[in-house]
Amino acid sequence: MIAGITLEAVALVRGGRTLFEGLNARVGSGRALTVTGPNGAGKTSLLRAIAGLVRLASGRIAFEGSADPAEARRFHSHLVGHQDGLKSARTANDELLFQARWCGATRQAALAAAERLGLAPHLALDVRRLSAGQKRRLALARLLAAPRALWLLDEALAPLDAGGRALMGEIMAEHVAAGGLIIAAAHDPLPIAADTLDLGR
Amino acid sequence: MSGLGVLLRRELSLTWGAGGGPLLSVGFLIAATVLFPLSLGSAAQILGAVAAGLVWVLLALASLLSLERLFARDFEDGALDIIALGPLPLEASCAVKCLAAWLTNGAPLALASPLAAVALGEPVGAVPLIVLTAALGSLAFVFVGGIGAALSLVSRGGALLQTLIVLPLLIPPVIFGAAAVFAWTHGLAWTPGLALLAAYALAAIGLGPIAMAGACRNALG
Amino acid sequence: MISGFANPHRFMSFSRWAAPTLALIAAALLALGLWLGLSAPPDYQQGETVRIMFVHVPAAWTAMLAYLCLGGASFASLVFRHAVADAAASAAAPLGAAFTAAALITGSLWGKPMWGTWWAWGDSRLVSVLVLFLLFVGYIALRASIEDEGKAARAAEILALVGLINLPVIKFSVDWWNTLHQGESIFRAGGPLIAPVYLIPLMLTGAGYSAAFAALWLTRTRMEVRRRRSLGLALRAAR
Repeated sequence: MIAGITLEAVALVRGGRTLFEGLNARVGSGRALTVTGPNGAGKTSLLRAIAGLVRLASGRIAFEGSADPAEARRFHSHLVGHQDGLKSARTANDELLFQARWCGATRQAALAAAERLGLAPHLALDVRRLSAGQKRRLALARLLAAPRALWLLDEALAPLDAGGRALMGEIMAEHVAAGGLIIAAAHDPLPIAADTLDLGR
Repeated sequence: MSGLGVLLRRELSLTWGAGGGPLLSVGFLIAATVLFPLSLGSAAQILGAVAAGLVWVLLALASLLSLERLFARDFEDGALDIIALGPLPLEASCAVKCLAAWLTNGAPLALASPLAAVALGEPVGAVPLIVLTAALGSLAFVFVGGIGAALSLVSRGGALLQTLIVLPLLIPPVIFGAAAVFAWTHGLAWTPGLALLAAYALAAIGLGPIAMAGACRNALG
Repeated sequence: MISGFANPHRFMSFSRWAAPTLALIAAALLALGLWLGLSAPPDYQQGETVRIMFVHVPAAWTAMLAYLCLGGASFASLVFRHAVADAAASAAAPLGAAFTAAALITGSLWGKPMWGTWWAWGDSRLVSVLVLFLLFVGYIALRASIEDEGKAARAAEILALVGLINLPVIKFSVDWWNTLHQGESIFRAGGPLIAPVYLIPLMLTGAGYSAAFAALWLTRTRMEVRRRRSLGLALRAAR
């Protein structure tokens, strides 16, 4: 479980350039945090650093409720980024089942998630036949299929239409109400109540 | 179903189906084999003397070329993020990817290489040894070649760079494997070559994924 | 010693006098070694051409030394993240390539009068040096083809360490291959027994080459550290 995340004096350097330094923030259980800022401010890098993909230049990221940060990342976090990680030549069903089961979900849970996201009629199609919004919903399905406390969403709602955003708002509100945590990088406001962390200069 | 099985099934379906799979690499092996008699002449004593060596060079090149996209596709579409954050350590995931690449490309190449060898004049009796050494050799090629595939993820060098940085590392398995077959056809002791080849392949399986995972983390971070 | 170098300031103040000192030592050793080598009597078998040994063999040794330095610096950079270590690794590779190239060219020049051919695959040591050259070229090519400097450094470190682990195996496999094909090999160059009249100048030029490598390495590393400093300043100014 993850009961909270604390960023202590975090600094990130990319390609020799300091994105930000001395960043402090805390997200507790049942809270959502929107990370805002202009292009190049380091929103994506910050989310990838929380996920453990990007190395901190200095500072510390602490996961409350889990002694081992590697385990917290591996088994209690989801990262959905700009890219869907889908293979265009495989069917939506194959890709859904891979992503969901890879995160530890059952087949039933994966299919239920697809149903809720309105993907059921598209599952037999190859991924390349899906629209950008449908692909993103397919990638988001693993959030529902494999329940994990921390959701790291990097512009994850950008390709969705109004209906999709409303549906994701509902799903995110449920996740937060159940004690989950959301950290989302976004240009547009999130469809749920959230604190804001501005990386603008 | 464990993470290992989930990933292996996906990798097999991707390497088998997408991009031609084993048909491409085996086709490359055979097409390149045809070039040798046409460039060296058809004299049996010339071709027969170098058949084992030629097949090993082709096996190495075919293995390396089939590895070009081992990590690149997943890196470009974001799937490598998902794999890196999954239940398996990245080292194990890299090993699974290599295993799938070997099953769908290396093993078919190992089965096709005696065909090329016999066509170039290697005696038919050598076929079992050729299959065995080619299977071990392609295993080593995949687990060493994967390092090149992972290292060139962030580079602009492409397949040529990948081949350049890996080829010197493939010298030992090529020497051991070709020597075992050479020794067998000349009535010499062939077991030392086979044993050294097996040892190299085992070491590659053990150490290669560590380097691949490091290179993937570097590319992702 | 390594932890002392990790601090760029300490490294710069140390290397400011160490590099020219080593260059002077190298010049003295090379001058003495070459003078002794050129005044030694001609070999009863190889004649005057034996003197190529004094430039060829040390080049091959130094090339090997350069790869060990490259591997060591890469290890320090990867594991301890020392700031200077990566600069040192990137500075060592072109030097290593230059020394291997020198060893290959002089070996070829030596081979022509000795073997009657510019290149003999039968000499496993020459083949090993060629492989070493390929390893250096691969390292330089990988490093040059990655735009992001941090990622280029890390990828190059991994390649250098993989090469370092493989180097003894490659050396062994090439030697082993040579014994297997001995029937076809032409000659075996040199031999374990060298007369003292040749051994002493060889040792002197060997030490001279190593000192020259060390001086060049320090100088190139200094240049790299300076380049990074000015790049860092430019990036900070652009922020």
